[in-house]
Amino acid sequence: MKNYIIRRLLQLIPVLLGISIAIFAVLRLIPGGFASGMLGIDATPELIEQVNARYGLDQPAITQYFNWIGGVLRGDFGQSFRSGAEILPEILTRFQVTAELTILAAIISWVIALPLGILAAVKRNKLVDRVVRVVALLGVSVPGFALSILIILVLSLAFNYYPPLNYVGLFEDPLRNLEIMFLPALILGTSMAGSVMRMTRSSVLEVLRQDFIKTVRAKGASERVAIFKHALRNALIPIVTLIGLQMGSLLGGAVVVEQIFSLPGLGQMTLTGINNRDYPVVQGCVLFIAFIYVLVNLVVDLLYAYIDPRISYD
Amino acid sequence: MKSFLETLRKLWADPMGKIGMIGVFLLIAMAICAPLLAPYPYDQIGMRFQPPSAEHIFGTDKFGRDIFSRVLYGAQVSIQVGVIAVGIGAVCGYLLGLVAGYFEGVVDRVIMCVMDVLFAFPSILLAIFISAVLGKGIGPTMVAIGIVNIPVFCRTVRAAVISAKGLEYVQNAKSVGVKTWPLLLHHISPNVVAPFTVQVTLALSGAILTEATLSFLGMGIQPPSPSWGSMLSEARADMARSPWVALFPLLFIVVTILIFNILGDSLRDVLDPKLKV
Repeated sequence: MKNYIIRRLLQLIPVLLGISIAIFAVLRLIPGGFASGMLGIDATPELIEQVNARYGLDQPAITQYFNWIGGVLRGDFGQSFRSGAEILPEILTRFQVTAELTILAAIISWVIALPLGILAAVKRNKLVDRVVRVVALLGVSVPGFALSILIILVLSLAFNYYPPLNYVGLFEDPLRNLEIMFLPALILGTSMAGSVMRMTRSSVLEVLRQDFIKTVRAKGASERVAIFKHALRNALIPIVTLIGLQMGSLLGGAVVVEQIFSLPGLGQMTLTGINNRDYPVVQGCVLFIAFIYVLVNLVVDLLYAYIDPRISYD
Repeated sequence: MKSFLETLRKLWADPMGKIGMIGVFLLIAMAICAPLLAPYPYDQIGMRFQPPSAEHIFGTDKFGRDIFSRVLYGAQVSIQVGVIAVGIGAVCGYLLGLVAGYFEGVVDRVIMCVMDVLFAFPSILLAIFISAVLGKGIGPTMVAIGIVNIPVFCRTVRAAVISAKGLEYVQNAKSVGVKTWPLLLHHISPNVVAPFTVQVTLALSGAILTEATLSFLGMGIQPPSPSWGSMLSEARADMARSPWVALFPLLFIVVTILIFNILGDSLRDVLDPKLKV
């Protein structure tokens, strides 16, 4: 197992290196570089030259890249061109918000999706199955931002309630924090639940058809034991894969919901960085998001061995 | 052609397939006939925030533009972006997947490494990033969404090619001297059609959703061009006072994605029953 983890971590190096080169190169292609964006209508060739010299943007691209990636390898992501703030601490602070949102959303989606998916599989082609399938289809079809707007609309019109917009950290005021995070997490969780429900249903159905379940039943085990002890565990691998992919996507992909609810997350930081042409911020955020994303995939792979002891990485 | 008609017949026989087909037909008809159906030009300014009435059946927005007309023209944008973006992703992904799956070795490793890099980004973030590079507007949005779609098509086709390559009739064709490209196009490609077609339909709903999201964030289609996403974004500030401004574009986004998902699900059941959910 240890060797497998080391091998996988080593395999991440070329992917992350590729991402760092791609992000660095592509950022320089964005029309209207940082200097003209910052100077706006005051931009003259002389001023642009001065700004570029101040931020090291007049150096050859290769030198700039090695300066940046060398810093990253030492844990120094550089400073924001706009605010001058250190980037890594800012990323870590923002990551707490996004991670909390992702974990809450994932818990909500499991609470909704797993029991309903199992129920639909057990009651196949009955009314409850049809209802669950329609709900799941709606879940995958209603985009997060549309659901956010719909919920805000209903809450404001029917209950005169407006979601709080001033973010408070989890450790500052946990109750207030949960009040702020609940609605966006519910929205993301509902969106995630649709696909998890469908995957749970099809995966449990697939396992329920297999011979070993027939044997379990023939040996006199109750339906509950057959489903929860034997079928569910064997059906978990595709479900865990999907959940892992979804959680990885949410780390940067929750940008829209973060924007609507004014949550200072990682997605919002990246979007602001792109709009400001703040190269070090965007480079740092994207590299960090990609790193976490591939790390989540690794954790999912390792979970396989825990779920199914037949899988061995040794 | 015969198998295409057979697929359509099977789709029509499935109640969900029928709903999906009718829905897509209505959506395309709505987009094509927008200039005929729209009572006003999409950018004609009038009385602001008029609630739905006989004159403006979906009401008017903050500039007094008729929302019904804008929603109709918005369908044109969504369908156009969806079809062209998925076309770009599908063609590039198909070719790359075919080459990677057939040749394997270094070519496969290089292609899949690039795909892994693209896959390591959440898709919406990648679309935002590419849009920032290419600029705003309908063309760049289509290309951005197309690029985001390449990896999933590439992986789907590669997997199908690898499994088809080992089939006996492909080996026989190879041993009697059929050249690489005819082998790929005439013998291996037919095995790729089913998963590829299902992926195209599902990608359409994803592309329409990504366009709406990009436009909502101000990175996609720019006002005054009518995109459902940008209409929703403009409506945010006024939706408590005039809910119809947000409600109708929102409804059309959801129904459109739902229709494509229903069609995609049904098509998968018809073409690839192993994957039935």
